[in-house]
Amino acid sequence: MKLHRIAALLSRHLYLYKRSFPRVLEIVYWPFVDLLIWGFITLYLAQFKAALPNFVLFFLGALILWDVLFRAQQGITISFLEEIWSRNLMNLFASPLTTGEFLAATMILSVSKVLAVSCVTVLAALAFYSFNIFVLGVSLIPFILNLVIAGWCIGVLTTGLIMRYGQEVEVLAWGMVFLFQPISCVFYPLSVLPDWLQAIARLNPATHVFEGMRAVITAGTFPAHNLAWAVGLNAVYLTVLIVWFHVMFAACKDKGLLVRVGE
Amino acid sequence: MAEPIVQVRNLTKRFGDFTAVDGVSFDIRQGEILGLLGPNGAGKTTSIQMLLGLITPTAGEIRIFGLPFDRHREEILGRVNFSSTYVSMPQALTVEENLRVVGKLYGMDRITSRIDDIVKRLEMEEFRTKITRKLSSGQMTRLSLAKAFLTAPKVLSLDEPTASLDPDIADKTRALIKEIRRSTGLTVLYTSHNMREMEEMSDRIIFLQRGRIVAEGTSEAIKAVYGEADLEDVFLKLARTKPRA
Repeated sequence: MKLHRIAALLSRHLYLYKRSFPRVLEIVYWPFVDLLIWGFITLYLAQFKAALPNFVLFFLGALILWDVLFRAQQGITISFLEEIWSRNLMNLFASPLTTGEFLAATMILSVSKVLAVSCVTVLAALAFYSFNIFVLGVSLIPFILNLVIAGWCIGVLTTGLIMRYGQEVEVLAWGMVFLFQPISCVFYPLSVLPDWLQAIARLNPATHVFEGMRAVITAGTFPAHNLAWAVGLNAVYLTVLIVWFHVMFAACKDKGLLVRVGE
Repeated sequence: MAEPIVQVRNLTKRFGDFTAVDGVSFDIRQGEILGLLGPNGAGKTTSIQMLLGLITPTAGEIRIFGLPFDRHREEILGRVNFSSTYVSMPQALTVEENLRVVGKLYGMDRITSRIDDIVKRLEMEEFRTKITRKLSSGQMTRLSLAKAFLTAPKVLSLDEPTASLDPDIADKTRALIKEIRRSTGLTVLYTSHNMREMEEMSDRIIFLQRGRIVAEGTSEAIKAVYGEADLEDVFLKLARTKPRA
């Protein structure tokens, strides 16, 4: 065993960290996110001691809904990555295909993936834990639709960044959505967060969806104000992000990045 | 003489301080095969990518079918296609599935019969149902050509179309391009580093160096101007000449 060969391999990987913000993020951010999420869950559980009402509904329901958001985002971003990996982007964008049509196709694909994955998670929850998400009622449906749109927003943002910065930020395709998890209040209520973080979390449509879900479970009422917030924020973010994506696409064509993305 | 179907005027592309294409102007007439020649980094690929709408020019104008490209992108690209050795297609799809997607993308009718025809012409029957990932480089090149011909384009850009083909298939491909040009009036922008092929295929050649046109004309005329019997010698002479400041 030769130390210089091991050192060569080490340096090959360490060189990457000098210029790669996403790789540094992997080291710094993810442990921080884990600590935040589990810390807030612990605080939440401590408030209720052992008497948390409907805790199975809270956690399994939250997990299934979180997966909706995650898959909606992945549906968009992974579709774009597939084109990069197969070196097919030039074939697409040298055809009459428009940016809007490209986004529309990825959004439809994302809904198909959400439906397919949701079938699996709902049936698995029923089979293994006797948990039927439909006991939450039809009032969850508009919230689920809002989670899909929130996933699209993150997907469009991630895709735009990958298009602009290339392979360097590909890792965001799997990680970006988790940047939003601590302020989405998936497994704990908004009230658990410190005041300053609550203010930020209120700007996140997913927070209102999960707050709404908990209201449905605990009070059995339809939380219209949560839905209104989610719809309003989603409408603003999706509009802004679609415009931003078009601007980013034009910038990539100007810089010649579209033909080099993935290299 | 036929009207120009492609008109390029003062086409310029700058990336920061670097000028990749510097005020290039040329026409391509209907049914003409124009060869684009030049050393690596001369601006050939950037010029083609601007003609395909993949890169936005810094200055200048591109008109195709008499229409300004920037305002009629969709209409123009519906009648233009390209094939490049450096572009692939979705690897997990079969050859036929890939061609079907292309047909839909261009809004074609009778996709199956068009695929039947092009598969036969390019002798692709034996790998029509094969997964693209498993194709040899020669088969991949034929798929790329099939994708380009499938949509019955009026203008076609071919970037080293025979680069990884064996001499037999390469010869048949050149014959097919000429036959389609003869029967449909196809206009072609052709690049290759194979000088014999450029002479055989091109009606006219443009030689680019450092983003500028340094020679233009038929291969015979260019050889006469530079006093060389071989286009390859002209290439070496031009490529090794220091451009004027």
